[in-house]
Amino acid sequence: MARADAEQTAASPEAVAARLAASRYLADDGLATAIFLAIRLGKPLLLEGAPGVGKTEAAKATAELLGRELVRLQCYEGIDAAHALYEWNYQRQLLAIRHAGEHEIDIYDDRFLIARPLLQVLRVPEQRVLLVDEIDRSDHEFEALLLEFLSDFQISIPERGTIRAATQPIVILTSNRTRELAEALRRRCVYHWIGYPDAAREAEIIMLRAGDVAKATARAVANAVQQIRARPLAKPPGIAEAVEWANAATILEKGGSPWPEAFRRAIGVLIKDEEDLSAIAPELGRIVEEALG
Amino acid sequence: MRRAEKLPRAAEPLLGFARLLRHHAFPIAPEHVSSFMQAVTLLGPSSMSDIREAALATLAPSPDRRIEFDAHFRSHFYGDVKPPIEGEEDETRVKDDRGSRDEESQAVRQEKGGELSSALEQLSRRDFQFDPDSLGPFRGRLASALPARRSFRTMRTRSRGTLDLRRSLSEIVSADGDIPSPLLRRRQTVPRKLLLLIDVSGSMKLHTADYLKIAHAAVQGAARAEVFTFGTRLTRITSALRIRDRGQALARTAALVDDWDGGTRMGPTLLAFLSVPRFAAFARGAAVVILSDALERGDHADLETAMRRLSARAFRLSLATPLAGDPRFRPATAALSAILPVLDDLVDGSSVRSLSDFILSLARPAPAAETIWKRVS
Repeated sequence: MARADAEQTAASPEAVAARLAASRYLADDGLATAIFLAIRLGKPLLLEGAPGVGKTEAAKATAELLGRELVRLQCYEGIDAAHALYEWNYQRQLLAIRHAGEHEIDIYDDRFLIARPLLQVLRVPEQRVLLVDEIDRSDHEFEALLLEFLSDFQISIPERGTIRAATQPIVILTSNRTRELAEALRRRCVYHWIGYPDAAREAEIIMLRAGDVAKATARAVANAVQQIRARPLAKPPGIAEAVEWANAATILEKGGSPWPEAFRRAIGVLIKDEEDLSAIAPELGRIVEEALG
Repeated sequence: MRRAEKLPRAAEPLLGFARLLRHHAFPIAPEHVSSFMQAVTLLGPSSMSDIREAALATLAPSPDRRIEFDAHFRSHFYGDVKPPIEGEEDETRVKDDRGSRDEESQAVRQEKGGELSSALEQLSRRDFQFDPDSLGPFRGRLASALPARRSFRTMRTRSRGTLDLRRSLSEIVSADGDIPSPLLRRRQTVPRKLLLLIDVSGSMKLHTADYLKIAHAAVQGAARAEVFTFGTRLTRITSALRIRDRGQALARTAALVDDWDGGTRMGPTLLAFLSVPRFAAFARGAAVVILSDALERGDHADLETAMRRLSARAFRLSLATPLAGDPRFRPATAALSAILPVLDDLVDGSSVRSLSDFILSLARPAPAAETIWKRVS
């Protein structure tokens, strides 16, 4: 999809929200506006928020909205240029030298170049969406390296020269905010903070995402999860966990467990921290009953 | 020279909003402002909520300052709400000793009188009572005892590395296909920064001199150490402590800090520390040790926010309190129990020995402060 097509798809924030909903992603006005602006201004989009609020899903849905393939670069401590930009296939280069014998050979030919996500996207910016996931996990040096990529959309390969994208690719960065990102990086991006949805929206998301869940169950799960998130937990449940809880409780209920009991028994898919489980256990019955009522 | 085109009048309120934010210490770059204008143009805008969404997406306020941002937005565009942050009477003063000159401290010394003089004399007197060599071993061991991290950069090595295929290949090409001995590379390890934040309020009077001596040894011994004092104000004293002679270094420090033995505003002061980007960058990936009794009076919300932010930046956040020297000590005050979950360590800071031992142990993993104190309380 060419840039003009992308701009046509993202004609307005409302159009973006409608297309995202068609990809089974419910975005609020703020997120739809941020995605719209990122596409139209040709800037990277930085999504921050607590784990499990749907940042990566937003990137996937954006790629789907634009009809492009998603290239994902998962960040971690120690990620470097060879993992993110490019690497030479040295073994193949050596073999080629041997086979060439007396003949001349260009060992820096395209066939020896292994394109990592950033280079892949630069080569075909109009067919890919780049997701740089959990940028806050990487080292500061990597953040600086990315800064260069994000400002000029180019990569310099000493043996080959500079590869520059003809058009600006669509880049989405996510961060759980475990550390502060450099101001220079934030400045280059369109920014959106994704918070937890309110109960009504979460119920809609559960209905949209879960397999076979009754509307009343989705509402009860959304209400109960809001209550649980308000507690000081080490790992508050994300939206995916809420969907799983609704699914699991429905399966248990169909297997013969009565309602409040089915929710209680399925709690392991919602809360995945032992201390949190013991903290919430005494109150769980009351929370579920109130949510059902 | 070509003059820039004049902006339409409608753009003025938008520029004014960016100026207002900048005035209130939001980091707004020209790039932000041009994106904001472009975004508003793209959106229409059909309502005020469009302008607000455009501002949020392009001016990118930190989530911690969203409420403040919204208040400014309402005050600027609707004019009917007063931002809650205005009228802050008692802003924490930040003093940076970078580039301070000798004449300056000389002048202070000549004018000394009252509180400053007594603090200086007190510090010098304590100097004489202190065994000058007791921190020598600490200084010597510190460089290798600090936690290290693997750098992004690699270095050539003769053993224990991965094959440097790039260099090996060019060797092979230049040797006409002969395979030389393997060339290896390894990622470098670099010591993490050490950041000491020393409480110089009245309640810490007994320990201040000792802490400064440790800080001096730390600045002398570690590759990258930064030291600040805080009470009612925040003062960077790293440059003063770089003077090799401890007596001179401490005298310079005594002249530099002007809130000795006063009260503590730990929360606001630490927030002031974090609001200066250059200072806040010192905490990034560093071993941060706060030397304080953390006796925050009144509301401790600021302290909690500051500690959470520090913890998110730091590699390890430790609080050394002299109170923990007493075996009956428990982190029971409201402020301490609020910050306990974000602390990696809550340790005894009552003596030079315990504190220097702790700093030398920073590279060794230990259970989080909360786990330890839950067990004993």
